[in-house]
Amino acid sequence: MSIHTPGNELEASSVIREAAARGTQLHVLGAGTKAAIGRPVDAENGISSRALSGITLYEPAELVISARSGTPVSEVVKTLAAKGQELPFEPMDYRALLGAQDEPTIGAVAAMNLSGPRRIMAGAARDSLIGVRFVNGQGEVVKSGGRVMKNVTGLDLVKLMAGSWGTLGFLTEVTFKVLPKHERMSTLLLRGLDDKRAIQALSEALGSPYDITGAAHLPAPDLQGARTLIRLEGFSVSVDYRLGELRRLLKRFGTGDILEGRGAEAIWQSVRDVTVMPDRAERAIWRVSTAPTRGPDFTAWLSKSIDAQWFYDWGGGLIWIATPLVADFGAAAMREATKVFGGHATLVRAPAEARSQLAVFEPLSDAVMTLTRGIKASFDPAGILNPGRMYAGV
Amino acid sequence: MSIAFPKPDEAVLSRRSEILAGLARLVAPEALIVSEDERRAFETDGLTAYRQMPLAVVLPSSTAEVSEIMRFCRDNGVRVVPRGAGTSLCGGAIPQEDAIVLGIAKMNRVLDIDFANRTARVEAGITNLGISQAVGHEGFFYAPDPSSQLACTIAGNIAMNSGGAHCLKYGVTTNNLLGVTMVLLDGTVVTLGGEHLDSAGYDLLGLVAGSEGQLGIVTEAVVRILRAAEGARPALFGFERVEDAGACVAAIIAAGIIPVALEYMDRPAIQICEAFAHAGYPLDVEAMLIVEVEGSDAEIDDMLRRIVAIAEPFKPKTIKVSQSEAESAAIWKGRKSAFGATGRVADYICMDGTIPTGQLPYVLKRIDEIAKSYGLGVANVFHAGDGNLHPLVMFNSSKPGEMEKAEAVGEEILKLCVEVGGCLTGEHGVGIEKRDLMPFQFNATDLAQQMRVRGVFDPRWLLNPAKVFPLEGRLAA
Repeated sequence: MSIHTPGNELEASSVIREAAARGTQLHVLGAGTKAAIGRPVDAENGISSRALSGITLYEPAELVISARSGTPVSEVVKTLAAKGQELPFEPMDYRALLGAQDEPTIGAVAAMNLSGPRRIMAGAARDSLIGVRFVNGQGEVVKSGGRVMKNVTGLDLVKLMAGSWGTLGFLTEVTFKVLPKHERMSTLLLRGLDDKRAIQALSEALGSPYDITGAAHLPAPDLQGARTLIRLEGFSVSVDYRLGELRRLLKRFGTGDILEGRGAEAIWQSVRDVTVMPDRAERAIWRVSTAPTRGPDFTAWLSKSIDAQWFYDWGGGLIWIATPLVADFGAAAMREATKVFGGHATLVRAPAEARSQLAVFEPLSDAVMTLTRGIKASFDPAGILNPGRMYAGV
Repeated sequence: MSIAFPKPDEAVLSRRSEILAGLARLVAPEALIVSEDERRAFETDGLTAYRQMPLAVVLPSSTAEVSEIMRFCRDNGVRVVPRGAGTSLCGGAIPQEDAIVLGIAKMNRVLDIDFANRTARVEAGITNLGISQAVGHEGFFYAPDPSSQLACTIAGNIAMNSGGAHCLKYGVTTNNLLGVTMVLLDGTVVTLGGEHLDSAGYDLLGLVAGSEGQLGIVTEAVVRILRAAEGARPALFGFERVEDAGACVAAIIAAGIIPVALEYMDRPAIQICEAFAHAGYPLDVEAMLIVEVEGSDAEIDDMLRRIVAIAEPFKPKTIKVSQSEAESAAIWKGRKSAFGATGRVADYICMDGTIPTGQLPYVLKRIDEIAKSYGLGVANVFHAGDGNLHPLVMFNSSKPGEMEKAEAVGEEILKLCVEVGGCLTGEHGVGIEKRDLMPFQFNATDLAQQMRVRGVFDPRWLLNPAKVFPLEGRLAA
């Protein structure tokens, strides 16, 4: 496979224009650390952002950072941390789950709309993404949004680019709204709750005025081992106060323990990156988004027909599910479950062969599929950018 | 009148009675408005300088009816102008003579409230405040709070991706929307999103938010509802120099504090609002900040103490930390009456650009120069945390030519916003008002990409067609 690595927008534009003229299909890549997610792309050539690197604008007082799409996430995180700021949506890192080594890029965070536990409070990557520059499938350089956080000028193509997995355009620059890092983080840990009770506790916490920034439940084969995590962040005085109130509010679920410091950070990182999933090595991994209180019904229903393991983030609304590497990896049951309980499921890790045969992303209704195809054609009429990565023919 | 409307389609005008008869077969008699007197109530919106009589007004009461009306209009080549409450400040709901107005204000029921999942499912004609009122008994609210929230509909909020004074903490409409039911032009009803936090496939929900009624008609919405903070209290700071106020905002943010609201007013705005609201504003300062924080009493006290300490090096001439509900209300009353109070002393047009906040001193100086060069005055209110600037350009409509001058000032101000790295509109939308300025922010390629996406939904430009995109150089799908 030959991979183009344009060093600027103009080069990217000519690579894509030429590919469009010849009908040459292209893998659209950053560092390629997440290439194993999605339907396999059947293309012999690629275009990577890895030579498009560097932060192009950072105004801490304006809470905004822009970077070329190939900039390592770690560089963005470090630059922000030096000024006491961070990406509010806590982007997950797929490397441990996928066994990848390279440095993930900030462009991929946008293209895949990667978020973490704080999504419940601070929104997803798409909520912080305020501007993009990209090359569409005709080789045209397009911009949408900008560097100011309040902007309703024209159609919001920024949102379309977020989570489009490189199928609509090759991102060259992304601009995010950022926030100050919190002075202190504290986690209330409740033990021994079954899924239903745990999600009830999380719902009560999230329905309180105490600004919860993380709400996860980690079941265990032995109920005593089950852990329910509720995170508070902010100025120390405020965290102390809210922690006290929260414990009072949730006392019927147990008194719980308080976790702070490195250990607590490590747990939240393992929730974010799914490394907290037990026995994940030899299994397929699904990511399910549903209404939080339906989470326990979803998993109970699923485990009637397949051998599934799981944990919950987002107060129960995000379920990571591991299924055996046999037959359809639980696909039929999963699709049935999303119909019954609402929401959608993505097969994020499975052998390539399975990903080319099964629907990786939740199948869309006919009407939405028609719009999806139309939008794809409006950006990439020749169908050369990451063809089929999300859906066949898109 | 500097904003043009497309020439009406004579073929449609000549078929008016046939079109009305067709519509009459689809809805109850009281849902179809045809008489001139009654249509007049719909001829404009919040941009009252512009008026157009619609062909007819249809006020359906169900998604199924909207679907039939849309299919009928598509089949008959009739343009459709969607309307919520008609409070748009950019002319987003202004009709045209060869179009029907399709208003969804009758569809205003709350369909389901789910406190455990923190969502509300509503018909899209409900008012913004109506949602907060429906969930208030449990201490919840719907966060985006445009100043028209008493009247404006959630459908209109979705169309314009409306913001408000508290979006620095809570985000704008698109950040609080989980799902919609939308009727496409051919009558197809699509569901996007749902009760869960993110959706499968392309982010069509994000595309629909802010699409100004050009992609379809939203008839139902699922929105996030949030538990309200235990309390909120503002502090007020007056500064002798604009630069000091700007630097103070930067210092607050640099200290890691994101207030729930951070409002700036300049000298003319302070004078006008104080004269009207008697809010106790300082009259001897160039700039004033209202900084509001939320939480328990103890958290608020702690935070306001920090903010006062941060402000001190910038030598505020006035510091007033609210000590009671009454004082908080007074501080906000002045700010919230800015538009109304200005309307008492002059006619005005309200602009809505966004600028990088660091550019504030330069932009205010230039705005003053621009207005003076036309012999007009400007009062500025500014959401200082997010850079959204509302210059109120004042004029006297009884003096011939002054409104045109005010529009020219507004146009130069918006171009200035783009020049310094900002945008034409932060929360009001493009509508007809900023349509012809779009090429200052976007080049032809950017606009063409947007128009191709638009074309996927409406290849014949039947939905709200006079808006957003310049009339020249339009593309189909």
